[in-house]
Amino acid sequence: MTTAAWLDIGWVDQIPVRGSRTVQVEGRDDIALFRTAEGKVFALLDRCPHKHGRLSQGIVHGGAVACPLHNWRISLSTGEALGEDKGCTPTVPVKIDGGRVLICRASTLKAAA
Amino acid sequence: MEHRPLKPDTDTREHLVVIGNGMAGCRAVEELLARDPARYRVTIFGAEPRVNYNRIMLSPVLAGEKCFDDIVINDAGWYADNGIALVAGDPVAAIDRTAKTVTTRSGLVESYDRLLIATGSDPFIIPVPGKDLPGVIAFRDMDDVDTMLAAADAGGDAVVIGGGLLGLEAAHGLSLRGMKVTVIHLMPTLMERQLDEAAGWLLKNALEARGQTILTGADTAEIIGTGEVEGVKLKDGTLIPASLVVMAVGIRPSVALARDAGLAVGRGIQVDDHMVTSDPAVLAVGECVEHDGQVYGLVAPLWDMCRSLADGLVEQPSGYRGSVTSTKLKVSGIDVFSAGDFSGGDGCEDIVLRDASRGVYKRVIVKDDRIVGAVLYGDTADGNWYFDLLKRQEDVSDLRDLLIFGQAFAAGGGAADPKAAVAALSDDAEICGCNGVTKGQVVSCIAKGAHSLDAVRGTCKASASCGSCTGLVENLLALTLGDDVRSGPKTMCKCTSFGHDDVRREIVAQAMRSIPEVMQKLHWTTPDGCSSCRPALNYYLLCALPGEYVDDQQSRFVNERLHANIQKDGTYSVVPRMWGGLTNPTELRAIADVVEKYNAPMVKVTGGQRLDIFGIKKEDLPAVWADLGAAGMVSGHAYGKALRTVKTCVGSEWCRFGTQDSTGLGVKLERMSWGSWMPHKFKIAVSGCPRNCAEATIKDFGVVCVDSGYELHVGGNGGIHVRATDLLCKVATEQEAMDYCAAFIQLYREEARYLERTAPWIERVGLAHIVARIVDDAPGREALRARFLYSQSFSQDDPWAQRAEGAEAEHHAPMARFTPQEEPA
Repeated sequence: MTTAAWLDIGWVDQIPVRGSRTVQVEGRDDIALFRTAEGKVFALLDRCPHKHGRLSQGIVHGGAVACPLHNWRISLSTGEALGEDKGCTPTVPVKIDGGRVLICRASTLKAAA
Repeated sequence: MEHRPLKPDTDTREHLVVIGNGMAGCRAVEELLARDPARYRVTIFGAEPRVNYNRIMLSPVLAGEKCFDDIVINDAGWYADNGIALVAGDPVAAIDRTAKTVTTRSGLVESYDRLLIATGSDPFIIPVPGKDLPGVIAFRDMDDVDTMLAAADAGGDAVVIGGGLLGLEAAHGLSLRGMKVTVIHLMPTLMERQLDEAAGWLLKNALEARGQTILTGADTAEIIGTGEVEGVKLKDGTLIPASLVVMAVGIRPSVALARDAGLAVGRGIQVDDHMVTSDPAVLAVGECVEHDGQVYGLVAPLWDMCRSLADGLVEQPSGYRGSVTSTKLKVSGIDVFSAGDFSGGDGCEDIVLRDASRGVYKRVIVKDDRIVGAVLYGDTADGNWYFDLLKRQEDVSDLRDLLIFGQAFAAGGGAADPKAAVAALSDDAEICGCNGVTKGQVVSCIAKGAHSLDAVRGTCKASASCGSCTGLVENLLALTLGDDVRSGPKTMCKCTSFGHDDVRREIVAQAMRSIPEVMQKLHWTTPDGCSSCRPALNYYLLCALPGEYVDDQQSRFVNERLHANIQKDGTYSVVPRMWGGLTNPTELRAIADVVEKYNAPMVKVTGGQRLDIFGIKKEDLPAVWADLGAAGMVSGHAYGKALRTVKTCVGSEWCRFGTQDSTGLGVKLERMSWGSWMPHKFKIAVSGCPRNCAEATIKDFGVVCVDSGYELHVGGNGGIHVRATDLLCKVATEQEAMDYCAAFIQLYREEARYLERTAPWIERVGLAHIVARIVDDAPGREALRARFLYSQSFSQDDPWAQRAEGAEAEHHAPMARFTPQEEPA
């Protein structure tokens, strides 16, 4: 349930396993929600720190996503670029409640600002 | 069950009333009695007409391995001996916190000084039509087991909805009792909360081998039947007959009583570290509670909670700090263990051991030199050891190299250097089990000049099959040659020690059918691969199993997932097919309309004689495709590792130099080869004369028409390193040009490495090889052509048409929209 602190996005099952969905934030960048092979859900600003590629369109593997533009690998839990690359994408806390995905309202606004 | 006297007048001790006669409620009382047997007068209310039994042992009862008496924890004597009043079969219906009383369904009222709620959890029943039909049950208590046993006696088909721990145990029991069982699971892999994909895949195989039908990715639409259950219908229309349906999709904390009483309830009844609810006189324990945001559905945390609770009740508070959990599947002969967090993440290192021949998969997740999770399949002997290291947060850096081999190995201590272990082996020790190669044979083949892994594989066959001995062979190379070891061929990626060619060969040789199967059998070191290997494996399987392999969308690059080209700003470009470069007013109008309707900022004529519409938003793509499709246009696959374009000149029809109908041939070639997935993009051109206006000599396959027939060219490209084609041969007829083209494409599809275009492929294998296969070997050419056409019979569906009709619509729409309100700064 949406509260002052958390935004209710939808059912976990709406996010494909090893895939992603997005949340449109009016007038700002989207938030990307990822679901790993093991069912963990993460939320990041949908923007690679490199050339702003849509991370939501990348291939999810392990706990990372490969940006579709130049294959930077971004950690889903910290937003940090992995390997030799340097850069960070803002993350948004996520919690699952009764099968519903909730993301932190304040972090969403801050990330997408 | 008899009611004992509830209020002995003589007993003036504080009265503890427990709601719930299950594992948590009774365990809490046991813990309390152990600390201070005289402190409280105790009354327990239970909903079931039974004494306290071990609910997690219902599976072995169902499977016939135990009977009810075996699983009783506390018999009637225990209640009597400890002066506990038990009210069984009369559940508490209400709590009055002001009056400090509970009221049962039959109207019995009891007052308390302290109340303990241990109502556990309720099975979750998915709200589909037919859920209330007789014969549809949960798997929660002894009554459910009795119902299942009666159904099994009658024989017939059973459907279990839910491929989690409980569902699989139910399925196993019913199967052993002689029922034909189908498990329906919504997720792509079984037990996805406890197991990773690899272990889930192994489990599915093992259960199928035992005769169960496992349907993953299957969504229940309704349960059908008149009077009683007759079957289950899935959303895809599949109908499965069933005389019994077990719903085991999950449990929910049972909180209704607590909520009605006005206690603070989140997902469960909220408690502090001493299991006290929002009312200081009311405690709660077990699956019905929420502690620190967590709810638990396993038994181990419950024991931790009960200890903390009992400490609190005797005023020696220790406090509950949450639990780490482990799971075992109680299905005889199938060993599955999972503990802690196995989802990986930053700083987490996966240590993976796969032994395909023994059906073993082990994965230990280490972070900051400490174990954070483990998944074991097939060999769970070390589960408790890993779990113990995990719970104690022990530093495992000294054990790191041997950790995955288990306690017995790791106990050997730091001296157990893998190289020293190999050196200590005798010459007749077997190194490669698949090919029966001994250490002596490997060493002698290295001594005779096989100085790389690949050379060893080629000569004595060690490590050439399943690859599980690769590490041993590498150690032998290092021991024998010192620093002279030549690095082997490039591996596919960091997830495997195999190269592309090995993987392709093994997929065919071992008849592998899915990505998890390849990863298991070839010992992938990561749980689900990476963005390099997954698209490659997906292609190799697609190529090896036309019409059979189900494409894995999540292993495709975004362009192929959305059938459009991603551009730097996140919009897409769309290229409809223009057969042989031809178009007409209808198509041009449709394109112009799309450009206007969707505000495409640019349209460009491509190098391949087509029109590229730029700047389309992802959510608009299905509508764009629908509009183009209405004008008869199909996807140009300009985004894919696939046949792209067939470039043509106007040829003999218009050109004064043209010798043959190059445009017509181009259209025929494109009609034959469109829709085909390739190792990389593939371009064809047909020029009508040697002036070569269609630039056929820098294409993957080029035809140059001459007076006497058709010159066939291969292996050109205009990429970073421009390469002109090699002349393959000359043929006399258009049909031959088509047949050779089909055979060449198939050879490329079957032999080139993923992301290898024809030019580097031909330079690697040599033109002579291509000539030998396509020109010199007529039956071979015909076989290649036939395989290509067979494969094409499955792949020439326009992906845009399916998407325009709404297939996988979720790829295009956002999951939610959020409009920021006025937020204080």
